[in-house]
Amino acid sequence: MMSKPEFTPNEMMTIAASRALKNDDVCFVGIGAPSAACNIARLTHAPDITLIYESGTIGTAPDVLPLSIGDGELCDTALTTVPVPEMFRYWLQGGRITIGFLGAAQIDRYGNINTTVIGDYDSPKTRLPGGGGAPEIATSSQEVYITLAQSKRGMVEKIDFYTSFGHGDGGDHRQTLGIDTKGPTLLITDLAIWKPDPVTKEFTVVSLHPGVTRDQVQETCGWSVKFADGVEETPPPTELELATLRDLKARTDAAHKGA
Amino acid sequence: MARFVPLSQAVAENLGNGDSVAFEGFTHLIPTAAAHEAIRQGFRDLTLIRMTPDVVYDQMIGMGMAKKLVFSYAGNPGVGLLRRLRDAVENGFPHRIEIEEHSHAAMANAYEAGAAGLPCAVFRGYRGAELARVNPNIKFIECPFTGESLAAVPALRPDVTFIHAQKADRKGNVLIEGIVGIQKEAVLAAKRAVVTVEEIVDDFSDLHPNLTILPHWTVTDIAVVPGGAHPSYTHGYYARDNAEYLKWDKIAADRDLFRDWMQKNVLDATPEDFAGRVEKLRDA
Repeated sequence: MMSKPEFTPNEMMTIAASRALKNDDVCFVGIGAPSAACNIARLTHAPDITLIYESGTIGTAPDVLPLSIGDGELCDTALTTVPVPEMFRYWLQGGRITIGFLGAAQIDRYGNINTTVIGDYDSPKTRLPGGGGAPEIATSSQEVYITLAQSKRGMVEKIDFYTSFGHGDGGDHRQTLGIDTKGPTLLITDLAIWKPDPVTKEFTVVSLHPGVTRDQVQETCGWSVKFADGVEETPPPTELELATLRDLKARTDAAHKGA
Repeated sequence: MARFVPLSQAVAENLGNGDSVAFEGFTHLIPTAAAHEAIRQGFRDLTLIRMTPDVVYDQMIGMGMAKKLVFSYAGNPGVGLLRRLRDAVENGFPHRIEIEEHSHAAMANAYEAGAAGLPCAVFRGYRGAELARVNPNIKFIECPFTGESLAAVPALRPDVTFIHAQKADRKGNVLIEGIVGIQKEAVLAAKRAVVTVEEIVDDFSDLHPNLTILPHWTVTDIAVVPGGAHPSYTHGYYARDNAEYLKWDKIAADRDLFRDWMQKNVLDATPEDFAGRVEKLRDA
């Protein structure tokens, strides 16, 4: 028997997120944590997954993770590269994206995301980069997965700005706004896997990563956490998953430090 | 008809104080040399338009050149926030700037509408998004055929657009390849367009028939500036200088460090310096 591999919470997050992606998904990849997860999926169980970055690269297969959404590596390895207006009009607005994969600076229990400002919009405490592609990724993708590391600053009772709409105030809020896509259906953190309650749409813990307690999840979350009946334990990373992730990170670090 | 002129002349004769200007590039082909020339010439009260303002707009805002910023993602890609922009927005240093903030879909549609000669762009967007509350240039209209509520934003029509491209031929036709971004739309939407290129070739015969080409009569001026996109990249010529983007985070975090860096690398530099900056990044 092989010994159990050691892993970090961040590695578990990336690997758990990668497992959610299927071989036939067409995934619009957000930069940062989603990019790692999507490429691990491609390098392990989903070799034919279509990864799309908003710079226009369709079906890209980078050897190292891009630092930006428009690194040359993405274009070099893509099936095709289209202009940015076409990306947003034909491919995203046209309904061809099965999964929009987003990160978040701030998120609430209904999967609404803030990447715009901390504090008041007109006189912010911290000016964040803004929405980029996310406001429309969140509403035009057939479903949305979100990944971020847990913290009380990141997972809050009320977000400061609704950059990208999740389930709003919960329930059927999306439908009342005429949004016909599913919205956030999965949240993967460094501690747990969350899914929206079928009725209230509040994100609910359905699986704890190995060794994680309910208290740890609550201590790093700004709202009162709900746990599903029969919370499962996330299977730990396999040796293949871990080796693939660490190789990718090592190649990426070496590439970004420059020649 | 495009003229071939030195960069300093192209900038001086196409940009003016108070203009709305787009230095476009989507990570790839960012017209850094043109932006640095504009900084040296010291323009004021500019409305800076770009989907992804990054290091060059951070520099222009830090130098006090911007009255207004129209944008959809203002970050140092993969690194973090733009610290000169933050200083302007959060602390009013060196002065306050007006913000018109959109999503990428809105900006891309707005440039396309500008290129298409339409007054506005219509698209399915901003549903549930709070930008619609804080930006009066985001409105909703009803589809006259289905009744669906759709977002509308005014077309973007910059006074002048600057882009960087791979090459021009001797007639002044311009070729762009790789991640083509929004540059074609930004050029066609603008009143005037200036293109910096890596090189001039005799002609484009024998190339693939579907390449992205801007005919010479859509471009005002062309300046040859090898390396002119650094620290961004030019597909087929040199790679992105990721280490420079990482370094910028520290330089821009400190007002004095920023000023010193700008003096040495922009104010006291020339367009010819760009070729040396990309030497180690050139494809083998």
